[in-house]
Amino acid sequence: MNAVERTDVLVIGSGFGGAIPAYHLAAGGARVVILERGPALAAEEFEHDFKLGSSYTRAFDFVVGDGMSVLGGNCVGGGSVVYFAAMPRAPRFVFERRGSINRRMWPASLSRDTLDPWYDRVAESISITQQGWEDVSYAGGLWAAACHHAGRTANPVPAAVDTGTCVNCNWMMAGCRFDAKQSLLLNYLPAAVAHGAEIRPLHEVQRIERTGDGRYRVHYQLVHGEDYRLTEGEGCIDAEVVVVAAGAAATPVILQRSETALGAMPHAVGRYFSGNGERLNTAVINEDRVRDVLGLDRGDGLAYAANQIGKGPTVANWDRLDGSLPEYTRYSLEQLYFPPGLGTILALTGDADWFGLGKKEMLERWQSWLIIFQMIEDDNEGVFGPPPPRGNADRISQQMLGVGRLTYNPTANTRAAWAMADADCKDILERDGLATVTPWTNDLVGAYTVHPLASCRIGDDPHTSALDDRHELRGHPGIFVTDGSAVPGALTVNPAMTISALAERAVPGIVRAARERGVAVKYGAPAPDGSTSGRSGTSALVPALLRD
Amino acid sequence: MGTLPDETRTATLEAFADTIVPGARRHPGDRAVAGASPTGGAVAAGAIELIEWDATGISEDLTGYARSLDEHARAFAAQRGLTLDGDAPAFVALPFEERTALVRALTAPGHPEKSLWVLLALFCYMAYDSAAHLNTADALAAGHPGLTAMGVTPPGPDGLWRYSAWSYGRPLARLHPHTTASGSPA
Repeated sequence: MNAVERTDVLVIGSGFGGAIPAYHLAAGGARVVILERGPALAAEEFEHDFKLGSSYTRAFDFVVGDGMSVLGGNCVGGGSVVYFAAMPRAPRFVFERRGSINRRMWPASLSRDTLDPWYDRVAESISITQQGWEDVSYAGGLWAAACHHAGRTANPVPAAVDTGTCVNCNWMMAGCRFDAKQSLLLNYLPAAVAHGAEIRPLHEVQRIERTGDGRYRVHYQLVHGEDYRLTEGEGCIDAEVVVVAAGAAATPVILQRSETALGAMPHAVGRYFSGNGERLNTAVINEDRVRDVLGLDRGDGLAYAANQIGKGPTVANWDRLDGSLPEYTRYSLEQLYFPPGLGTILALTGDADWFGLGKKEMLERWQSWLIIFQMIEDDNEGVFGPPPPRGNADRISQQMLGVGRLTYNPTANTRAAWAMADADCKDILERDGLATVTPWTNDLVGAYTVHPLASCRIGDDPHTSALDDRHELRGHPGIFVTDGSAVPGALTVNPAMTISALAERAVPGIVRAARERGVAVKYGAPAPDGSTSGRSGTSALVPALLRD
Repeated sequence: MGTLPDETRTATLEAFADTIVPGARRHPGDRAVAGASPTGGAVAAGAIELIEWDATGISEDLTGYARSLDEHARAFAAQRGLTLDGDAPAFVALPFEERTALVRALTAPGHPEKSLWVLLALFCYMAYDSAAHLNTADALAAGHPGLTAMGVTPPGPDGLWRYSAWSYGRPLARLHPHTTASGSPA
């Protein structure tokens, strides 16, 4: 029998949760291998094309569940390649949430104050632009003007986009052709590789088992480069430490499938999933009213008609992000672009139809659509059923589309919060005839999230959290989870910044575990570009995370 | 499973696609496309071409889809007391409004086959709103009915989109009073 390949640290997934620990561990001297189920794509391979098989469908995964469908990254760089790059920090009240079971959701050691130094480390590592009004797209400007008209505030959203390079093509969900979006392909991942980390694309991890000598053995299948329904072999790697960061729709599935070999998983693995409270509304804008009421004019004879132009979300309304308000009534309303394909079928006409003649007429006004993205506090009601034979879904199409095992029945809290946010969108955008607003239907593929969270979460309560506050899987020392599944619940804002900050904060604990297993690794690498000011900000917090 | 004549299969699937995004009749005797709209719909946009492509994962199921639609249409007509003429497959023989009512029922929450019909509808829809069977720039250049009707602007000569104007360029709202120095909520 051939010897099984060995490494110090095996990282599953190359998105925010995988790339950040991989960089620090490699920089600290550990041998690191990253297994990524999706392909490796470079900027010149990011196409402006909706054809099946283009980068748009190769880099994404759309997993349909029962009551909730999840859109996630599926490529080297994970969500950072396909996301819209909004990078706000989570508001202070989020860390004090208690949820409907009335227990603190976050570990007592975490608050906005204790996470801020880790947010700073991320901000030093990923170039984040505080957008000015001159960067805001027409769609964002329209949303701001409508908010102002309704007596509300509106903020340009911080984004990991180089606005000087960005051409406002709105193709960022297919990967940024112009390297304006500051994905992980431009910072943590190349730095990890420079320190010797290996990234292996099209390696889909299926399960983890324990070896006789106390290591972990990670089993993967090799995925066909074009038709992801096919596999082309399998293999395994032994590691002292495993970092699971396959995304909140896949991490719990790998752990569930590993249960027969590893022993019982914590109760919270595959439970308490949150869709970040997401829901979309479509406003069909009355161009004349926008000109007359809001005084907007593009200068080319058009008032708006610019749905296609921009860089995803640029402006958000944060008036309800107020910690004095009751839980489930706090949310943000963010202007968003959503491409055709998955982005139009779920929109409803004023007669609540998703297909037919009225819908066709609505589509003819597509350039006058304004999409508003709600992020409410949901109730962590998602539960994963038994895993499918392979991956996290039964794949239907050659890429992108599959059926997973997530069930999500929104509770009264979640439904009431969505209804409140729907009413707010209507109040702002239907005022003085500016638009007709309808929510997306949940009747076709359930609710819809681009920010899956909490399916394997951190916490202090072993009954409701799968990970301790250092992200180690309870009962399975040496296995860490550092992706969106570790976030305890909905954040009321886009979560990439918080996932990244938590991943940065998890690294000292992973280093400690690796050292205990005889790996010669140090903690303390600078930012990927060598900057060190963020490191000094977290230095006082590190000893507690390194200690037993 | 028994056989189904190709023309019956195609006409039935065309009628389904035409119910999702209705279009203009292709010729005076067109039955599959009901002519509910004066412009091209899902069929003209290439819905059949897309669903026949094995990349979708439903191409091998299309005969089953057509047969099932036929059966549902017969049952639906019987239930509604409608008489279907024998010159066309049952779903094709349904008037446009009745096709719409049947598709609404098949895709409604609680219908046991809902996920199958939503999947077929999804691809019919994508043929129109994103031309998922074609290179997007080529589709636009060829006057693809969906992308054209939606007003999708064409790319530059290199096939990439760039906009030289994107912003009203001026403050349009007050900022939230508790915004931090880095632009985040407090």
